[in-house]
Amino acid sequence: MAENTPILQTVDVNHSFGMVVAADNLNVTIDSGEMIGIVGANGSGKTTFLNLITGYITPNSGRVLLMGQDITGLPPRSVTKLGVARSFQIPQLYTSMTVLEGMLLSLAAAAGEAGSFWEPIHRGTWKSEGLATLESFGLDAYADRNVGELPEGSRKLLDIALSFALKPKLLLMDEPTSGVSVEDKFQVMDTLVKVLQQSDITAIFVEHDMEVIERYSERVLVFGTGRVIADGAPEQVLASPEVKETVLGHV
Amino acid sequence: MTLATIILFDSLSYAATLFLLSVGLTVVFGVLRILNVSHGGIYALGAYMGTWLALWVLEIGLPPVMTYPALFLGALIIGFTVGPIIERLLLRRIYGSDMHIQLLLTYSILLILDDSMKLIWGMQPMFVSEPYALLGRFSVAGIIYPWYDFMLVGVSVVFGGALVWLVRGTRYGKLMVSVINDREISLAIGINVNLIFTVAFTIGALAAALGGAFIAPKIAVVPQFALEVVVLAFAVIAIGGMGSIEGAVLGSLIVSLARALAVHLAPEFDLVMIYLIMILVLAFRPQGLFGEVEFRKI
Amino acid sequence: MNLLTFPRAALVASALLVLTPLFVPGWIIFIITKALFLSIAVMGVAVLLRGGLLTFGHALYYATGAYAVGFSVKWLGIHELLLLIPLGALAGLAMAALVGLIMARYREVFFAMLNLAFSMMLFGALLKFYNITGGSDGLTIGTATLFGAELEPDSFGFYYFSLAIVGIVSFVVCRFMASPLGYFLRALHDNEIRMEYSGVAVRQVVYKTYLLAGTLGGVSGVLAAFAIGHIVPEDAFWIQSGEFVFVALLGGFGGVPGPLMGALVFEFIQTYASKYFPLAWQMTLGIIMLVVILFQPGGLWAIYKKVEQRLGRKGKGDEDG
Repeated sequence: MAENTPILQTVDVNHSFGMVVAADNLNVTIDSGEMIGIVGANGSGKTTFLNLITGYITPNSGRVLLMGQDITGLPPRSVTKLGVARSFQIPQLYTSMTVLEGMLLSLAAAAGEAGSFWEPIHRGTWKSEGLATLESFGLDAYADRNVGELPEGSRKLLDIALSFALKPKLLLMDEPTSGVSVEDKFQVMDTLVKVLQQSDITAIFVEHDMEVIERYSERVLVFGTGRVIADGAPEQVLASPEVKETVLGHV
Repeated sequence: MTLATIILFDSLSYAATLFLLSVGLTVVFGVLRILNVSHGGIYALGAYMGTWLALWVLEIGLPPVMTYPALFLGALIIGFTVGPIIERLLLRRIYGSDMHIQLLLTYSILLILDDSMKLIWGMQPMFVSEPYALLGRFSVAGIIYPWYDFMLVGVSVVFGGALVWLVRGTRYGKLMVSVINDREISLAIGINVNLIFTVAFTIGALAAALGGAFIAPKIAVVPQFALEVVVLAFAVIAIGGMGSIEGAVLGSLIVSLARALAVHLAPEFDLVMIYLIMILVLAFRPQGLFGEVEFRKI
Repeated sequence: MNLLTFPRAALVASALLVLTPLFVPGWIIFIITKALFLSIAVMGVAVLLRGGLLTFGHALYYATGAYAVGFSVKWLGIHELLLLIPLGALAGLAMAALVGLIMARYREVFFAMLNLAFSMMLFGALLKFYNITGGSDGLTIGTATLFGAELEPDSFGFYYFSLAIVGIVSFVVCRFMASPLGYFLRALHDNEIRMEYSGVAVRQVVYKTYLLAGTLGGVSGVLAAFAIGHIVPEDAFWIQSGEFVFVALLGGFGGVPGPLMGALVFEFIQTYASKYFPLAWQMTLGIIMLVVILFQPGGLWAIYKKVEQRLGRKGKGDEDG
């Protein structure tokens, strides 16, 4: 991979659900190491964007390039193996297991051992690594508790931690602070950003909360009816009246 | 030429019986999203009750033509009692549960129903031939066919048409469709979802019982045939698309054609043929021919 | 010294299984023998259920193992268990490898009913091709041999051999359930999307588990064939599959202990119920199933775990076996 190859690129991506245009000629380029926030009104195509670049949906036309490689049409499983990980609006957790066991599963998957059926999953190396990751996310106290016992903010963090444990190059987060109380919001984001900065990850997070976007992103993409209608530094983009009207509904 | 005609006639009459067997199962799946394994038991109960009433009608000296309403009445009795009882007493408790719990529940109801028939009517086959014999036969290309089989085709068409009208044309039907598409919104706007479920299940039960009652004069009613028919019904609706009435029609035609071909050309394969077709169709189109793919939103 | 908490309870149970035959009459030994090989097939069903996959057609593998024995006896004259157990396992594995290619694509209703369809196809074939299979008469086989010595079905030898096989199988199942694959199997029930987004080939998880289940069914069929002495197409019939499912539900899906407990209870109930009310045997099963589903879906294993918890020690999560 050449040094200047962007980590993610969408080329003329178009997708509609029947009459609804979810992606309209998207040409987005994201460079390695960036910390990107995505905003937009409901239905503007933000989650669809995540679904398109991870292969959950195959675009009607256009291509998706990951580190220069064409990944259009590959399923999420393959895209994940190529270095993309994702967390969800509604946290996708392993509901019958403990927090640590969830981490062990991510680590086993990352090690390519999902199909191994003889050696136990509870092994020293993975356990310590799992606990260390949980610690950096502030979740180590819950290690042996069942996933169902976690408060909402922690569930979101766990969702992200599970994705992070896959050691991705690109981490996508869908509304990391939605459902989190106002007091905890910044704590969650501070923890998250600290972990991200310590590793060499490119991060994209979709958010509704303008404060979070302003504070934590280096670059903002504004979505509207499937198109990117603004792209730049948060101070400029969020100050524009057009953006305010589209996203917030008022000037 | 004659062989082809025979195969065609055979398939048509068998398709009618398959349709009457499976349409109730597909309707229940469409609305409640549950595969009602006890469907076979209700079908068999309809056959037993219908036959028993028809035999009683003859015993008390009424003219044989009264066996038809007897069959019909037997089916109605079963449909309107067993249907609501199963739904309200048992099914309702497991609506949110895992699919395999729902399957196991309906399976256990089937086992109970199957033995109930043994206990009530005994192990000896019961047979009422009058409804069948009364209509007589006709001859086509030198082969003799009973009119009853073709009456069944007529009954299926009427029945299928009635169901389609019920679902698309009436208020209840439209409510059912709305419940299928979005339960939460339906609840929110005040639709009595519980009632809809009971109605839908009862319709399915009625369909099953009617199917059983009308098939009874062609065969001798014996215990244990309940689950075999469920597998057959499942094959038909899996091929046609679960939840689709048109799918049940198409599935019945395809399965019966396959079986007719096997019976006349390669008899050892007649049982195997049906499942083979099901596996082939599902291998290429997992949701069935008229089925819809459910897209999971994340 | 609490004998009911898990690791100790397992030791106690094993000791009981080893020692009981020395103190009870032959007919009870035979009931337990039947429970032992039944539990092997049920372990296959229970493992799949742990991943949320219900199969109504496991008799396919049971019959495959049984008929593998039948053909070996009929065409090769082999009665030796040491050869036939691996053969049955391989036959089950091969059948599962084939059928699994299609099955791994499905879940829920389709998984349950397609398995049923396959098993009914085998039933139909076994019935119709009577020149090879003996049709509805089936195949009669003689007594099993172990290292050449004959083992009558109700003998100590047959019992302890079955127990040894159950021991080996239990060990395999336990390692499986403790491995990454075993955990991904549980994850399958919880959240397939998260699995996909971890780079895991979900279909592979289903397929490999299915292979294990099929192998177990085949092994069970071998022991059953010799215990009963007669192999019939009904071994592939839905009633047989239903029995496996019933026992899995009754015992609970605790890997190894659930199926064992369920099988023991089942065999004892069956011995008495089929004698006293043969016409209502299915109804009895149906009613018990209803009661279990509505009031304790986790089965006997879940009841045991509750008892264990109440005795003060915390249950060790999901450490199966």
